[in-house]
Amino acid sequence: MIETYLPLIIMLVFGFGIAVVFMLLSEWLGARRFTPGKVSTYESGMPPRGTARERFSVKFYMIAVSFIVFDVEVVFMYPWAVQLGTLGISAFIAMMFFIAILFAGYFWELRKGGLDWD
Amino acid sequence: MEQNFVYDLIGENLIGYVIVAAMPLMFVLVYALVAILGELKISAWIQERLGPMRTGWKGVLQPIAEVVKLLQKEDITPANVNKPLFNVAPFIMFTGAYAAYAVIPFSSVFVPSGINIGLFYVFAVSAFAIIGIVMGGWASNNKYSLLGAMRAAAQMISYEIPIAIAILAVATLAGSLDMQEIIKQQAGGIWNWFLFGGTGSIAKVWVIPFTFALFLIYFIGSLAETNRVPFDIPEGESEIVAGYHTEYSGMKFAMFFFAEYSNMFVVSAIITILFLGGWQSPFGDFMNGPVWQSIWFISKAMFFVFVQIWLRWTLPRLRVDQLMYVTWKVMLPVAFVAFFAVAFWAMIK
Repeated sequence: MIETYLPLIIMLVFGFGIAVVFMLLSEWLGARRFTPGKVSTYESGMPPRGTARERFSVKFYMIAVSFIVFDVEVVFMYPWAVQLGTLGISAFIAMMFFIAILFAGYFWELRKGGLDWD
Repeated sequence: MEQNFVYDLIGENLIGYVIVAAMPLMFVLVYALVAILGELKISAWIQERLGPMRTGWKGVLQPIAEVVKLLQKEDITPANVNKPLFNVAPFIMFTGAYAAYAVIPFSSVFVPSGINIGLFYVFAVSAFAIIGIVMGGWASNNKYSLLGAMRAAAQMISYEIPIAIAILAVATLAGSLDMQEIIKQQAGGIWNWFLFGGTGSIAKVWVIPFTFALFLIYFIGSLAETNRVPFDIPEGESEIVAGYHTEYSGMKFAMFFFAEYSNMFVVSAIITILFLGGWQSPFGDFMNGPVWQSIWFISKAMFFVFVQIWLRWTLPRLRVDQLMYVTWKVMLPVAFVAFFAVAFWAMIK
């Protein structure tokens, strides 16, 4: 069982290793000419104003919360999906009941405007 | 469980594992060059240009020239960035992009790692890209990068839900998360592919519109996952310069770039596996040996890579609110309805 995962782990190491090799190659071949303008933050050629470490629109966090709700539900459904053939009709009805509850929340969020971007 | 032709040749030892792990790497490096050339040439033909013509015969050596150019570029780390995160982000993108290849079966006798939760693994590894993007965008300490990263994260997590439901529907049809098992269930020609409801009697025709809908949902979602047009808002150059990789240069930029191309193939391969029979020949047993299978698999996947390039040079970009409208208010309910139908069919058949 664990042997099937070995190539997978080796591949993760390989992927990282290749990235390191490319970085070292570019360190070796790349130019290095320092100018102060080069290391300043890019803001379309204007002198940068302030930093990017400021408060951010809450809309993105709303999306993240909705995502957590749906994604966790969907992940829970994977074992059920694989075993559906053996579990039969009662498991199917149970899961549809669960999805119905999930969708009650979805429609509530829709009506409250939680999914509107503007 | 899965037979792997490399193990038959050298035995199941460490050398075998390393060779198995290295083979997709060869493929990815060649594929990346082909995809870059394809992007340049197809965009040129669509716009009635010739594209690169000077490097080699009709410009076929252009991608190699690009790689050499990127290697020679200066690697600039701006003064205000958060250095550890800024430097780690491209590595996460690159490693995550390559890790997904571990479970992609190129033929019935070759899959790098035949784990029985392959589909779930791909779903998990695709989240690496989001972490890499947010990390790079935030660490850049640049307003464009931050906005691009936040948009990318919002877009990618939103589209992950319809995608997850499409994968779930196929899992109910196949009764497995093992890639090879899913493909084996689609044996026997084009009519048995999950795009057409899988194997079954003629009674399956009613489910075909639903599997087709799931196929389209997966394809649209995968465009958003790889940040390709029409969902390239995170990189919308007219608004936020280059999005999350604005501050990256040289090889670090190349890694983000490579990860995008690599992910294009991964999502195309997953579409092929889930809906188009993976390495199965469209003619049943005709032209269906191990070598043919890899030819079929790569051609099907490359067709979808081509479609992605084609769309990029054809469609305009969506607005952020349109993007969110499509996923949350259209694709999510449609995906659930289609999933309901497909799960019902999977249970009664």
